[in-house]
Amino acid sequence: MSARRLPLWEVFIRSRRGLDHKHVGSLHAADPEQAMQAARDTYTRRQEGVSIWIVRAEDIHASQSDDAQAFFDPAEDKVYRHPTFYDVPEDLKL
Amino acid sequence: MSNAHFSYVLRLGDNALIIGQRLSEWCGHSPFLEEDIAMANTALDHVGRARMLLTHAGDLEGAGRDEDQLAYLRDEREFCNVLLCELPIGDFAFTLMRQYLLDVYHLHLFEALCRSQDEVLAGIAAKAVKESSYHCRRSAEWVCRLGDGTDESHRRMQSALDELWGYTDEIFAADAVDEAMRAQGIAPPLAELERLWRADVEALLARATLSVPDDNWRASGGREGIHTEHMGVLLAEMQVLQRSHPGLAW
Repeated sequence: MSARRLPLWEVFIRSRRGLDHKHVGSLHAADPEQAMQAARDTYTRRQEGVSIWIVRAEDIHASQSDDAQAFFDPAEDKVYRHPTFYDVPEDLKL
Repeated sequence: MSNAHFSYVLRLGDNALIIGQRLSEWCGHSPFLEEDIAMANTALDHVGRARMLLTHAGDLEGAGRDEDQLAYLRDEREFCNVLLCELPIGDFAFTLMRQYLLDVYHLHLFEALCRSQDEVLAGIAAKAVKESSYHCRRSAEWVCRLGDGTDESHRRMQSALDELWGYTDEIFAADAVDEAMRAQGIAPPLAELERLWRADVEALLARATLSVPDDNWRASGGREGIHTEHMGVLLAEMQVLQRSHPGLAW
């Protein structure tokens, strides 16, 4: 079996309870069961995690680098979107 | 401490050591990267068990031999693993089929040993049973995938099964050591393990569209130190460093 013909999967691991799953890498496998086992063997052998998500790489829709300017640059000068922009009145009881 | 107790734990340790050594031969040679890592993980699980079991055996023997002396300074006739563990790795089908047959046995064995009167052995079993549970899931998955796969993979799996089947008998052939351990509540009755093993194996082989071979031949002798011609070569490779540099440590 050639790995080149097997679908690509992205692996997300939650390192501890209460934390988020984080992307840790990818692997090749024929189906979800095999991908899950390969993820366990490849990415959790040094106690890295307590939970695994696997997602077919082709099911992930990513933003394009060409869109970066239109997507992200406009947020640069919108300082009023940060709560720190606003002064809290002295006599406001929080 | 009884000689039977030492022999029993030594057999378990030798099985773990020899199958661990065999599996480690795949390191760097598996069909793809993910499988290479998985195989090495499994090999290390078995070597880890071997360390604990051989250390325990050495304590039971009371002659001052530690895990390294038992692993590296015994000769072929003194090893008492079953022949199934020492057979060469063959192709991927052969390796995974043997692994499955052993994993199911180990799963039921260590489940039972968790209740052993030997507390050290029960502790080792509690750790091993979690490993075996995963090993079993992995190897069973491969047996199904390849058995019920292409014509070529099916043919290879059936041929591996036919070649291995006669070696499984030795695992469950109870002798005086097994009887003594059962009587003392240290080990489970082998007949019961065989019944559980056979039920699981037959169910999975059916799912994998593989046929259970006829019980028309069997090979044994490993537990008495009578090994196949492959054992000497395995030991030579495994022991060469310690034999050439006695007392060498990492």
